[in-house]
Amino acid sequence: MKQRRLLAASALFAAGALALTACGGGSDDEGDGGGATNPDASITIYNVKPQNPLVPGNTNEVAGGVILDNTFRGLVDYNPDNAAPEMSMAESIESDDNITWTVKLKEGQTFQDGTPVDADSFINAWNWTAYGPNAALNSYFFSSFDGFEALNPADPDEDGPKEAPKPKTETLSGLKKVSDTEFTVKLASAQSFFPTMVGYTAFYPLPQAFFDDPEAFGKKPIGNGPFQVTEGNGDTGFTLDVWSGYKGEDKPKIAQAIFKTYTSDSAAYSDVLAGNLDFLEQVPPSALVDNQYQEESDGHFVDKAVGIIQTVTLPQYADGFKDNPDLGKALSLAIDRDTITKNVFNSARTPATGWVSPIVDGYKAGACGEFCTFDAAKAKEYFDKQDFKGPFSFSYNGDSPGNKETAEAVCNSIKNALGVECNAKPYVDFATLRADVVGRKMDNMHRSGWQMDYPHIQNFLEPLYLTGAGSNDGEFSSPKFDALIKEANAAEGDEALTLYQEAEAVLAENMTVIPLWYQAQQSVWSERLSNVKVTPRSTLDLSSVTATD
Amino acid sequence: MGRYVVRRLLLMIPVLIGTTFLIYSMAWALPGDPFASRCGQRPCPESFVQAETERLHLDDPLPIQYGYFMLNMAQGDFGQTSNGESVLEAASRAFPVTVKLTVVAIAFEIVLGIGVGIAAALRRGGYLDGFFLFVSLVAISFPAFVIGYVLQYFLGVKLGLFSVTVGRGAPWEDLILPGFVLASLSLAYVLRLTRATLLETLKADHVRTAIAKGLPRGMVLRKHVVRNSLIPVITYIGADVGILLGGAIVTEGVFNIQGIGGMLFHALSIRENATVVSVTTLVVLVILLVNLLVDLLYARLDPRIRYE
Repeated sequence: MKQRRLLAASALFAAGALALTACGGGSDDEGDGGGATNPDASITIYNVKPQNPLVPGNTNEVAGGVILDNTFRGLVDYNPDNAAPEMSMAESIESDDNITWTVKLKEGQTFQDGTPVDADSFINAWNWTAYGPNAALNSYFFSSFDGFEALNPADPDEDGPKEAPKPKTETLSGLKKVSDTEFTVKLASAQSFFPTMVGYTAFYPLPQAFFDDPEAFGKKPIGNGPFQVTEGNGDTGFTLDVWSGYKGEDKPKIAQAIFKTYTSDSAAYSDVLAGNLDFLEQVPPSALVDNQYQEESDGHFVDKAVGIIQTVTLPQYADGFKDNPDLGKALSLAIDRDTITKNVFNSARTPATGWVSPIVDGYKAGACGEFCTFDAAKAKEYFDKQDFKGPFSFSYNGDSPGNKETAEAVCNSIKNALGVECNAKPYVDFATLRADVVGRKMDNMHRSGWQMDYPHIQNFLEPLYLTGAGSNDGEFSSPKFDALIKEANAAEGDEALTLYQEAEAVLAENMTVIPLWYQAQQSVWSERLSNVKVTPRSTLDLSSVTATD
Repeated sequence: MGRYVVRRLLLMIPVLIGTTFLIYSMAWALPGDPFASRCGQRPCPESFVQAETERLHLDDPLPIQYGYFMLNMAQGDFGQTSNGESVLEAASRAFPVTVKLTVVAIAFEIVLGIGVGIAAALRRGGYLDGFFLFVSLVAISFPAFVIGYVLQYFLGVKLGLFSVTVGRGAPWEDLILPGFVLASLSLAYVLRLTRATLLETLKADHVRTAIAKGLPRGMVLRKHVVRNSLIPVITYIGADVGILLGGAIVTEGVFNIQGIGGMLFHALSIRENATVVSVTTLVVLVILLVNLLVDLLYARLDPRIRYE
């Protein structure tokens, strides 16, 4: 399906990642390909079918995300080289207490239909996404805003027949307009990473045209970014032309980008080799064997770390796993990450030494300590200290390439090191696995993974391990962790990073989620392209790429 | 004849209702949360689940859900895809592509399959016969995607003779290679079927009589042999048209063709059940019509068959 890498059956969620070139390919070699750079060039880029209407509040996967990220600009944008947030639509984003933020906008910015990008275009867009009855998929991102509960009243009898009451108000009490170019945001609690967070797709502004006809907008959005959607649909792809009214500094050096919809990455890979497609962000698994893609693409490739981590979750609601850190440590010590990444993934994955991707600020190597290094003897030692002796199983969704091999390799490693029974347990697809995980029906280990929404260490910790957090699948709960996260959110700079790292260390004490490996991305492109950069969102940076005829 | 057609058309209604109900209940009986795949590692927002449940009437018992679905469909509302298009709009884009691909594939089956089959039968035991029997054996033995990838790599990527994937709007010239790959298996069967029935007919009494009467060989072949031999072949090709119009997921995937097969597969994988049921209903309808057409063709080929 439209299979685009690992996390989900049909799509990857949230934004991508960046920095740390694992082993660089031949990128920015000027003039490569012979001809002269042509500013009127049109390039073609691989994409899959977007799952949702092209509305920022409803787009939570990369296929729609890549279209929106090039047609919209938020308050900040991420630097393609180091993932640092840089002011885009915002002149400044400031706060004294990390709770109330004052956002000042740059003057004279407009949407592609000529209407101004002002305080209202942000406030209205954010209110729309947060408002429960609009059923926006990204409403989650506004849960930390003051007044979110009022827009999303709880269902009185959960899944019962009674419906949740209609909210009494349609606006977030935390959003206040000061002037056309200034507004304030009040959060429910301190969040020093707020300026980083607002670069995510869910926070883009919307013009009045959206509210007039959301359905038409979802097919052909009107943005405020360097490109505008001129034609197309999800099935064949979208054509984006450069928008001449864009005032940002990152003006594109090409005239047109065509996002072609593919149903198989092998077909796309063949197209790149034949010169019919200019950029493919992830080569198919078959091309990873012996790093074939590096030779076949004639050096036009990159292999770089992205903001994705794969883990094993030990459900804390299941017998035997509850409050049993020694078991977690034993299992983690029993997994031979080095051998598995080499044999199963042709080294396209890097063994994890913690819970935070190496591409974000605040990453600390070895957060997991000795427990993420294979040591059969020590594993046995920890295993003997506790009472749960198995049998073990490792559930995975069988609809993404590599999952089966991963599950079997992890189980074999555990079996050999601890002498226990361990079976890889397949689920038909991602939806089926998630239904049991969300329904808390897992009674043994299961696969989990995370792709960051925005490049910040907090995004790898709070949504996944805070007590009761939305994606805390294993129901991990530690008052110490919760307190440290809260403290870190309120702190700034290095102090905040240190606190986040301390919180991460708590995960190593409990070992309820075992880190497996960090993901890297292997992209290839045609000889027409030069100055190729991959953004923190894992996509081609359209503002720096150049092309020949 | 006219009454027969009307009767067949009326019979389609219960068949259509039966199949859609089966498909509908099977689609919703699939395990797993119908929304989980839309939200990744994060549970879907409560408000989203609630709105979707209401829209699809998931709180009601299955027969009532199905009733709503049929009611909408009878009014021409086939539902919406997850990205906000009407299913009909998306299907009307995908279906012509599948039809074009089917036309190319069937053309290969008819021209190459029947043509070579006749030639092989007439030179039974010759080099040509042996050669084509061997080639058809190869086509039957290899799965379509192997043939697809091999031809794509050598003829497309290496030699550049054909386009590697099918471009926007599926131009005819891009469909030649995928059409051939799609037809390869059936092509082999059609070839063998034609050859076998032709050999059988050549030995029939009426053919011997015709030859004994002194009719020219060409006329005997045209009027008495080939025409009579085509009935099983037409039956086979007719069934094949139905199957091909239902979408060829593998071939569409290899050559990136945005047809019905891919649309169904995508919809299934993200549990977009409304699309799955609507599109399958369209496919069922097409298959029923093609079947009717094939049955009517019999009467043209064999004067002994009459429809009252």
